[in-house]
Amino acid sequence: MLKQIEGSAAVAESIALCRPEVVCAYPITPQTHIVEGLGEMVKDGRLSPCEFINVESEFGALSVAIGSSAAGARTYTATSSQGLLFMAEAVYNAAGLGLPIVMTVGNRAIGAPINIWNDHSDSMSMRDAGWIQLYAETNQEAADLHIQAFRLAEELSCPVMVCMDGFILTHAYERVDIPTQEQVDTYLPRFEPRQVLDPAEPVSIGAMVGPEAFMEVRYLAHYKQLRALERIPQLADEFKAGFGRDSGGLIRSYRFEDAETIIVALGSLNGTVKDVVDEMRDAGVKIGCVSIVSFRPFPLAPLRAALERAKRVVVLEKSLAVGLGGIVSDGVRKSLSGIVLKGYTVIAGLGGRAITRSSLRQLFERAGRDELEAVTFLDLRTELVDRELERERHARRTGPTAEALLRDIGTVASRID
Amino acid sequence: MTTQPVKFYQTGTFTVGNRLLDESQRSVQANMERTNSLNSGHRACQGCGEALGARYAIDAAMRAAGNQLVAANATGCLEVFSTPYPETSWQVPWIHSLFGNAAAVASGIAAANRVKGRKGVQVIAQGGDGGTTDIGFGCLSGMFERNDDVLYICYDNEAYMNTGVQRSSATPPAARTATTPAVGKRPGNVAGTGKNLPLIAMAHGIPYVATASVANLHDLEAKVTRAMGISGARYIHIHVPCPLGWGSAPADTIKVARMAVESGLFPLIEAEHGEVVDRAKIRHRVPVDEYLKLQRRFAHLFRPERDTERLAMIQAVADRNIARFGLM
Ligand SMILES: Cc1ncc(C[n+]2csc(CCOP(=O)(O)OP(=O)(O)O)c2C)c(N)n1
Ligand code: SF4
Ligand SMILES: [Mg+2]
Repeated sequence: MLKQIEGSAAVAESIALCRPEVVCAYPITPQTHIVEGLGEMVKDGRLSPCEFINVESEFGALSVAIGSSAAGARTYTATSSQGLLFMAEAVYNAAGLGLPIVMTVGNRAIGAPINIWNDHSDSMSMRDAGWIQLYAETNQEAADLHIQAFRLAEELSCPVMVCMDGFILTHAYERVDIPTQEQVDTYLPRFEPRQVLDPAEPVSIGAMVGPEAFMEVRYLAHYKQLRALERIPQLADEFKAGFGRDSGGLIRSYRFEDAETIIVALGSLNGTVKDVVDEMRDAGVKIGCVSIVSFRPFPLAPLRAALERAKRVVVLEKSLAVGLGGIVSDGVRKSLSGIVLKGYTVIAGLGGRAITRSSLRQLFERAGRDELEAVTFLDLRTELVDRELERERHARRTGPTAEALLRDIGTVASRID
Repeated sequence: MTTQPVKFYQTGTFTVGNRLLDESQRSVQANMERTNSLNSGHRACQGCGEALGARYAIDAAMRAAGNQLVAANATGCLEVFSTPYPETSWQVPWIHSLFGNAAAVASGIAAANRVKGRKGVQVIAQGGDGGTTDIGFGCLSGMFERNDDVLYICYDNEAYMNTGVQRSSATPPAARTATTPAVGKRPGNVAGTGKNLPLIAMAHGIPYVATASVANLHDLEAKVTRAMGISGARYIHIHVPCPLGWGSAPADTIKVARMAVESGLFPLIEAEHGEVVDRAKIRHRVPVDEYLKLQRRFAHLFRPERDTERLAMIQAVADRNIARFGLM
């Protein structure tokens, strides 16, 4: 059914259709509306049977999820930013134990300085924890990916993180087609756990494993992700057959066939990128873009196929590997091993810095002239940086950096412009 | 708790001989029906109080639950010595996730059991004092406050044993550990305010809290059995000497545990909904010295000379317990 609905509400409805049996909730912006929505549905009986558990921390949230999933219940939780880091130990643990938990990450920056706005630092920090990571471009896709996520997680016995941009998606009202219960039930079979805590068949889960088998356990986790590389496109095809629309898959390419410049990005940013690509195409520029939906497993082969004929690739990243540059760029480079083309990393939108069409247009034009540096910070306010560096050159005790910058700007609260 | 008046003690030890009890109240060591939930062959040290406590606690829980039991375990000695894969000592469905989340994992299992309609399947979480009073405290308090249907058992050996005997918030004043060495002006652990987890559990108002000791296995079993008959959050704190960490003789584990109880340092109590409802009276009171002297971790209190000040302080703790809980 078509609805004009907030992204979080759409995701909550979509998750409810997946019939989760345990939902763990802990508040953190911008993910909170999703679990609030689910909590209400459990409380008023629309979602039943389901246990909605208000926990004392994100570490508790994922730990409760580990218990309920290991006891055979379909389990869901959501978090963002500091919350994802607070549960980090359990994030790795859930993957190590092979528990098919589905978790939404409402992407948000990590402090300090504390910042509630969108970037991808949070989920990127957990990219190697053993979870499958899918990035939604629109709210429709966010809603759809969760349905695919449960199917994928339970087939492979591997947790799946669905990442959706904080505020840009979670808080945006747009048209979303909410599927019917029958559609979801047909697509998503009942959860048949691979391992379960059952007094009739007692097993020990989570034992100590030494050097004799640890490598193999790890390899099998990697192998699972390689299997996911095959399954993700198949599940997206099946989804299309059942729901009538394209959602998910490994990557999505746009006007890329004859493109000389190809932009690579994750998540909602692709909407803006496509607009700029259209504008520039109208002006005769051979430009296209590729959206990476599945960041883990990383789609090396499809990316290579999409990028290999280009002259240059610009990777637009909402996260920063401090001291190196890009995170996504690393994978993109790997996918292009042996192919000579120009590669640029652009760090953009950190802490919610708006990524505008005009900035992107200028950026892509500079890229087209190969005027970009290897690593560029889009719309970096260099005058602020220079002033602070100047201060630090002259005095030892300059005080806290973030506060000094804010004083320079003269704003008391953070703003997005 | 045992109410039968007992007139006879074993000579010298002041323990109640099993055979002096009514048949129905006797602890059973070997029995065809015993589940041996923590089976033999594990890697605990000789005389490990934790292994003994867990064996009796989980077997009693299994009996009470008609074998319908699932256990979540925190990281620590119990977890490590019981599951050197591919071997496992556990005859119950058992999960180890992390050091600090046993209570939360158990809450999750209980939620799954509820939603799946598995009536009668009970859930136990267990961990050491470090996993309970320190790193797992947040999850534990959350589980209490929600009154989740979980029995949490803390095996208190008063330090982080698995990592080589470091101080935890359950380590008593003056005790030597690897991080509170017996050097300097005031050797051993600082005398802080302490952290009495049974009292903190009681402050949550949960249906049942008890302390128990491997010195009185019968009482321990009775408490676990009682706890298993109650729904909601329950907490049992078991005092389990660790010969390795305490520097006591493996053969003295029960004796050391008994001295802790009989000196008043480890009161045996039961509480319901935040109120103490029963306590085990001390039958033969001993000064704290007798407890402390059995353990090398307190040796510096007696050598090179008596540390009268700190011994008096520890005695005062025991006296206060005796007065506070009416142990005499
Ligand atoms: C997050 C984390 N921090 C530290 C450790 C290291 N560690 C493992 S077991 C343990 C000590 C356990 O002490 P306690 O809970 O008292 O149990 P015991 O071994 O004494 O029975 C420690 C510090 C860990 N596994 N995880
Ligand atoms: S170190 Fe202590 S607690 Fe650990 S197995 Fe040995 S005796 Fe038991
Ligand atoms: Mg300990």
